[in-house]
Amino acid sequence: MPPASHTESAANVAPIVVVTDLIKQFGRFAALRGVSASFDAGRLYAILGDNGAGKTTLLRSLAGLTRPNRGTVSMLGTSDLRSVCHQVGYMAHPSLLYDEMSGMENLRYFARLYSIEDNERCASVIRAVALDPELARPVGQYSQGMRQRMSLARALLNDPKILLLDEPFSNVDVRSAREMVGLLAKMRDAGKTIFVVTHQAALLEGAADEFVWMEAGKIVSRTSSLQPVEAR
Amino acid sequence: MTTSSLTRATLAKDLRLEWRSKDAINSMLFFALLVVVIFSFSFNPTAEESRQIAGGLVWVAFLFAAVVALNQTWARELRNQVLDAYRVSPAPANSLFLAKAFGNFIFVAVLEALMTPLFIVFYNLRALGPTWQLPVVAALGTWALVVNGTFFAAMSIRTRSREIMLPLLLFPISIPAVLAMVEATSAILSGEYSARPWIALLATYDVVFTTGCLLLFETVLDAE
Amino acid sequence: MKRAFPILAVLTAVLLSYALYQALEVAPTEATMGDVQRIFYYHVPSAWTAFLLFLTNFVASVVYLIRRNTKADIVALVSAEVGVVFCTVVLVTGPIWARPVWGIWWTWDLRLTLTLVLWLIYVSYLMLRRFSSSGQTPLMAAVLAVFGALDVPLVYFSIWYFRTQHPSPVIGGGGSLDPRMGRVLLINWAAFLCFAVLVCWSRYRVERLQREVEETQALEGLLESRGAR
Repeated sequence: MPPASHTESAANVAPIVVVTDLIKQFGRFAALRGVSASFDAGRLYAILGDNGAGKTTLLRSLAGLTRPNRGTVSMLGTSDLRSVCHQVGYMAHPSLLYDEMSGMENLRYFARLYSIEDNERCASVIRAVALDPELARPVGQYSQGMRQRMSLARALLNDPKILLLDEPFSNVDVRSAREMVGLLAKMRDAGKTIFVVTHQAALLEGAADEFVWMEAGKIVSRTSSLQPVEAR
Repeated sequence: MTTSSLTRATLAKDLRLEWRSKDAINSMLFFALLVVVIFSFSFNPTAEESRQIAGGLVWVAFLFAAVVALNQTWARELRNQVLDAYRVSPAPANSLFLAKAFGNFIFVAVLEALMTPLFIVFYNLRALGPTWQLPVVAALGTWALVVNGTFFAAMSIRTRSREIMLPLLLFPISIPAVLAMVEATSAILSGEYSARPWIALLATYDVVFTTGCLLLFETVLDAE
Repeated sequence: MKRAFPILAVLTAVLLSYALYQALEVAPTEATMGDVQRIFYYHVPSAWTAFLLFLTNFVASVVYLIRRNTKADIVALVSAEVGVVFCTVVLVTGPIWARPVWGIWWTWDLRLTLTLVLWLIYVSYLMLRRFSSSGQTPLMAAVLAVFGALDVPLVYFSIWYFRTQHPSPVIGGGGSLDPRMGRVLLINWAAFLCFAVLVCWSRYRVERLQREVEETQALEGLLESRGAR
């Protein structure tokens, strides 16, 4: 699917996420070695690469969780990420949920962190990821696929403009993963900007607008489809 | 949403989780009992000298129990990296800190409330000074341990061998507080001198370090 | 600037030998304590130097917290390291002096206890630096240094109260110092201070180089490993 329509609409709008010369060093290991890129609003980006390529560190820098040693991150036109954090949703590889509480209890607590008092909002995001808000089972007893979806629901709580997802499909069965991709595409069409770090690039073929390839702490190429790079 | 209502929400969540899993409280209670029994073996309770050092004994026992409790503070937030969910939200860092500190205060206070009768029974303790000052000393002393303990536990999250790191950081800084607690308690038990200057010192310590923790907690939480 | 280091090194060597000669030969023998009192010329300058280094550590830590400046962090690190060494000298020479003079190794005197607590705080500071995962070390260490500084007045007052309730033999203090002794003391302090600055300086240079190497390795190491593949 050529993402032509998105490109045209984005051409005259300032990019929503800009990173310049990001360097992040953990002791003797540099996870990011000078990453510069800009990303447009309303698109679905797949970030791909080997283990240790810096995908997760890049995502965490965008979420404001990791402070880069050098370089700047600008989101929604500001480099004060704290001031726009209520417009960003983040889903990590671990679930970011309390195992001992039910899905609804978890979301009610996290909703309060975003000053959302409305329980119906929690229920509606749970339904959006095809789970049952009435389910009383603690999250610790969920299957991996259910937990991933509940984790996605948590990231969607504050109706973010920018969604950062780290390995959302790992250990999820293919059918559920396809459903999640469908949901992401729908949200992209509704105007959200979505970043997905994944190993399962094939799942996103057709859905993602752009594939961002990382290698050894740098962005090496950006392609609009999977084919040319896999053919290398 | 205000800091205080978020603090309440987080505290309520922590208490509910603890009530459900009970993983910390049971082991802590047993640990506290063991500490009292071992102390009673080590320092003959019938000897008159033991009564003289009872203030020290009680607080050293509380200190051990508190460290084990404090080490659990952030364990639940680290599992599944839930702490990151808090950090990406607009919620203020100090709400989290206060909730954890109050939670620990309740936790350690419960332990102390259960250990104290045992000490009284084993050591046949009886206050010769103004008894009403004892709860004041206990509350101020417990807060002194807990506020810095919660803070240093958050710091040791980011260290290797985190369980051992907490006492290494906490004990040196706590020396004036421990001295004040022990001396105040001994003063009240023996009735020989006034506990007031020690209580004032403890209160100062609490104010100074509570302020310090609130000013620097966000820095520590976001250090990555 | 490049010349300054060897000049300081020579100056320190000269000062140290001159101070040693002054302490052992020139200074008059103390009337009641005898020769053992000469340890005073090492004990006191070490203490002053250690306190000065701890103060430096505190200032550098505050600067780091505000500016996040790597140089400030290195200054904080080296001043704490060297400060702990001098503080250890104080704690070792103290009992050696006390034992023959007062018949006791240790007393919970205000200055002694304060020095001991400072030593404990800064050892825990160095432990934290050693054990915290890299990248977050400077920040954690700076925060702990601030907490340690907040603690010092509280430690002082707690020991002061404690002493008023549990009197013990009063040591040191009182009495005026022979002016000749005072002069030797100052010479020794000058020598120790130069020595401390010299050690801090070289430690600072080593640490900076080490961090530069680490950074370069981190940024280029991956390239090499990829080339080899």
